[in-house]
Amino acid sequence: MSAISADAALGPGAGGDERELPPIAQVAVASLILVVVGGIFMAVYLPRPAPLGVPIALIVASGALIVWNLVALVRLQEFAWDTFFLVVKWALLAYGVISGMLFFMFARNHTRGAALVVLGLMLVEYAVNIPLILAYTVARYQKVVPGPPS
Amino acid sequence: MTEVADISVALPGGPPPGAPPRVEFEIIPLKGLLVVGVVLAFLVVSIAGDWRWALDAFHVVGGGMWTALDLFLGLVLGPILGRLSIPARVEFSARFMPKMLLIMPTLVICTLTAGFQLALKLGNLEPSSPNRSWLIASFMVVGVMAVIALGLLEPANLAVLFELKKPRPDPEVIGRLMKRFIYTAGITGLMQIATLVIMTRVSTQ
Repeated sequence: MSAISADAALGPGAGGDERELPPIAQVAVASLILVVVGGIFMAVYLPRPAPLGVPIALIVASGALIVWNLVALVRLQEFAWDTFFLVVKWALLAYGVISGMLFFMFARNHTRGAALVVLGLMLVEYAVNIPLILAYTVARYQKVVPGPPS
Repeated sequence: MTEVADISVALPGGPPPGAPPRVEFEIIPLKGLLVVGVVLAFLVVSIAGDWRWALDAFHVVGGGMWTALDLFLGLVLGPILGRLSIPARVEFSARFMPKMLLIMPTLVICTLTAGFQLALKLGNLEPSSPNRSWLIASFMVVGVMAVIALGLLEPANLAVLFELKKPRPDPEVIGRLMKRFIYTAGITGLMQIATLVIMTRVSTQ
């Protein structure tokens, strides 16, 4: 995972940040991969409905990684929270719009019922992971503001 | 988006010796957002109205620009950028990267949504279609490209821009992040060649 993580390419300590930080970006990329695999799995069955067992398992696994990431984030005591929140809120807006468009496209193409719910949950995880990767990668190279997130 | 655009910090007394030059820029070009909004609104209307010509235009134009940009960035501009001096790289990045932050996601979303819509409308995903297996292969290529672009390329792009906004940008961080940006753009560029093969195959079967 580290070979494709958002932070690993820079190595420890790049940008003057000498602290050991949890692998939040790496875990978010792993979570994103699970969502993408789930999306491809469902697309392979098109135009017929896909069996939902595998996608649901992938959603649960991806969701567990998101929860792990959120817990790890909340535990960070010294972090550039102002920058993190600045980036994450706009990125959430942008990727919320993109996910909304994709959801609209699936609904427009007569995806209904459980399949639409599963796709919607995948898009939610997609729209959470990318802002997390962006905001965390940017914030870790910013000046540290002591104290937990407000 | 104003907050993102206005985070520049005044630098008293000019840049420190040896530091890269500081260029004033907007992380997100606000005027560009308007264009993106118009393009995305037109895309939604095209999907809602099943406008075949518009979907074709979004997919072909968007895909062509996406592929060309990736190839040009990774295989032409990247090596040139790598040989430039740090100040030249910084000045180029400050003017170039904010535009990429808007252009690439817009091209990607237009190409993919219009392409998916077209594939369904044209029956290319039907089990009997000879294009089905090619399209499934393209889903996989796009999936890998999406992970690389969203997990590596875009965060590097944004982190460079925030670094450049600092009173004392760290040239080492900028250099490494730029290298990541260029390498990942090169990888996605090479994967785009696979997409080109698949799409030309699909359109001629």
